[in-house]
Amino acid sequence: MKRILVKEQFCIGCRLCEVYCRLQRSESGELLRAYKREASLPLSGARVEERGPVAISVRCQNCEEPACVYACLGGALKRDADSGLVVWEEEQCLGCWSCILACPYGAIRKDTRRGKIARCDLCSGEEVPACVAGCPNEALEYIES
Amino acid sequence: MKKVEYLIIGNSAGGIAAAEAIRQVDKSGEIAIISDEPCAAYCRARIAEHLAYGRSVDDLLFRPADFYEKNGIQAILGRRAEWIDAGAHRVQIDDGTGISWGKLLLATGGRPIVPEMEGVNRKGVFTFTTFDDARAIARYIEKAERAVVIGGGLIGTSAIEALVKRGLKVTVVEMKERILNTILDEEASALEAEAMKQAGVDIITGATIFGINGPSTGAEVVSSVTLDSGREIPCQLVVVAIGVTPRLELAAAAGIKVNRGIAVDRRMATSCPDVYACGDVAEAHDFVYQGPRLTPVWPNAYLGGRVAGFNMAGVAADYPGGTAINSMKYFGVDITSAGITVPPDDSYRVLRRRQNGSYRRVVVKVGCVVGMVFAGDIEKSGIVFKLMKERVDVSQFVETLVADDFGLICLPEDLWRSQLVAPDKVLK
Ligand SMILES: Cc1cc2nc3c(=O)[nH]c(=O)nc-3n(C[C@H](O)[C@H](O)[C@H](O)COP(=O)(O)OP(=O)(O)OC[C@H]3O[C@@H](n4cnc5c(N)ncnc54)[C@H](O)[C@@H]3O)c2cc1C
Repeated sequence: MKRILVKEQFCIGCRLCEVYCRLQRSESGELLRAYKREASLPLSGARVEERGPVAISVRCQNCEEPACVYACLGGALKRDADSGLVVWEEEQCLGCWSCILACPYGAIRKDTRRGKIARCDLCSGEEVPACVAGCPNEALEYIES
Repeated sequence: MKKVEYLIIGNSAGGIAAAEAIRQVDKSGEIAIISDEPCAAYCRARIAEHLAYGRSVDDLLFRPADFYEKNGIQAILGRRAEWIDAGAHRVQIDDGTGISWGKLLLATGGRPIVPEMEGVNRKGVFTFTTFDDARAIARYIEKAERAVVIGGGLIGTSAIEALVKRGLKVTVVEMKERILNTILDEEASALEAEAMKQAGVDIITGATIFGINGPSTGAEVVSSVTLDSGREIPCQLVVVAIGVTPRLELAAAAGIKVNRGIAVDRRMATSCPDVYACGDVAEAHDFVYQGPRLTPVWPNAYLGGRVAGFNMAGVAADYPGGTAINSMKYFGVDITSAGITVPPDDSYRVLRRRQNGSYRRVVVKVGCVVGMVFAGDIEKSGIVFKLMKERVDVSQFVETLVADDFGLICLPEDLWRSQLVAPDKVLK
């Protein structure tokens, strides 16, 4: 299973991972639109936290025993047996926020516009997630683990 | 007589979780699930969506329609288990047949409490815990303009929101001083009450219903309720939502140990060999109270069912414990809460912060978080919940838990580092 390794010693807290994530999720693929104009302003699945010189980029870690999946009231979150990844089906999500309380990383977003959650899906379908590809300091690595 | 390796009574959160865990480790052992509800497992919390928008049960299923077939599970639906002979490993079903089993799981959930009162059997009086309940209300609703919901807990609130969406004028009558009083503190429950009032709901607290009345003697339908104060509220529809009680009768009659719920150990095993229990019917470990307790919420039912399933299939697993957890967005107010939200005495420390429409409250006892409420900005509540679950000593950084810039990085370095390097395991 592939996951994103967070190399905090290289993270400068620039938040470009958040920017690339939103861009990737936007309908237009254009920055200004994604941030200011699209009806469905996409949320970033990554969140940068900073404290003094230390910064980390937090997102879904695809836990092996995922508390969010067990908490899901709608059957929207599942762990895919083949890939080992936590997958989410939008139609099944009722926006009950149970998974938000369950996630030990605080990695699940509340998408109030849609009344559903938003989360990192490792840019499913892409060879390398947008945040990893865009990180200017190689603080994120996409590795097999 | 039919014989299966695993028999599960109750086709909902707990039952499905157990079946999935069993199939994860035993690909071929025969599994049967009995339910007295006629449909495939659905999302119980979504019955309001049928009432509000007419969504069919097929749109609210918890697992895809082919779940049972794909997993080789026999679903015996619309049938009730009548009694258990635990010694003979046998269950009697209401169609006259019997099933013998190797391992049995009781995931029978709860049933709504309906108080004895004048007029409670009238047409127009409903409970709200099953899809059939929602359908019955939806069919009756044309006849109603005003509704009274008895009980301002989570289920009552869900019903109120759906009725408001259907355009009814709704009054809620809550016995205690405030709505959602068992799961929220005063401040959060006031936020919810305010939103409810904005939506046009009348909230009457500190009152109970004395009786449900008809338009004339002999008439069967509802036309009003009378409060204990003598006040009369006209209505054509009443929803009774004062709580649920575990469906213990099968277990009790079979001689399985019951307290307020079926007693289970950390493996979710009952007092009877080969019989397990989980979910709303079971009294399982509560990590806040450090003892067995009813915690009737979906995530705990699922996790308990999963643990039961593994153990039934011979793979040892321990229930890490649950506690009262709730999350909601009724009337547009986003809330997560867990554990003790209102301390019973002053040996607890309460931290609170209200900022930009968001509210956070953390309750601490001897260095450990034992309760929490987040409203508005709830996204990081899970980080605090994990500290609570693992009884982490937060003395050194407790103030940061309610700070605006709270995050994983506010935890001691070894904690966030170990979390990011070794992703979480709920079951160790
Ligand atoms: C309106 C509503 C909203 C809710 N909202 C939330 C929420 O937001 N978050 C949350 O965490 N929880 C919520 N809950 C609670 C949650 O639905 C329950 O905690 C959960 O369903 C418990 O699952 P369970 O498997 O223990 O039992 P249940 O879901 O109660 O299922 C038990 C099943 O067993 C069947 N059964 C019982 N006895 C027999 C028998 N003898 N023979 C055959 N079948 C039998 C019952 O008919 C039922 O189908 C809500 C509940 C309701 C009603």
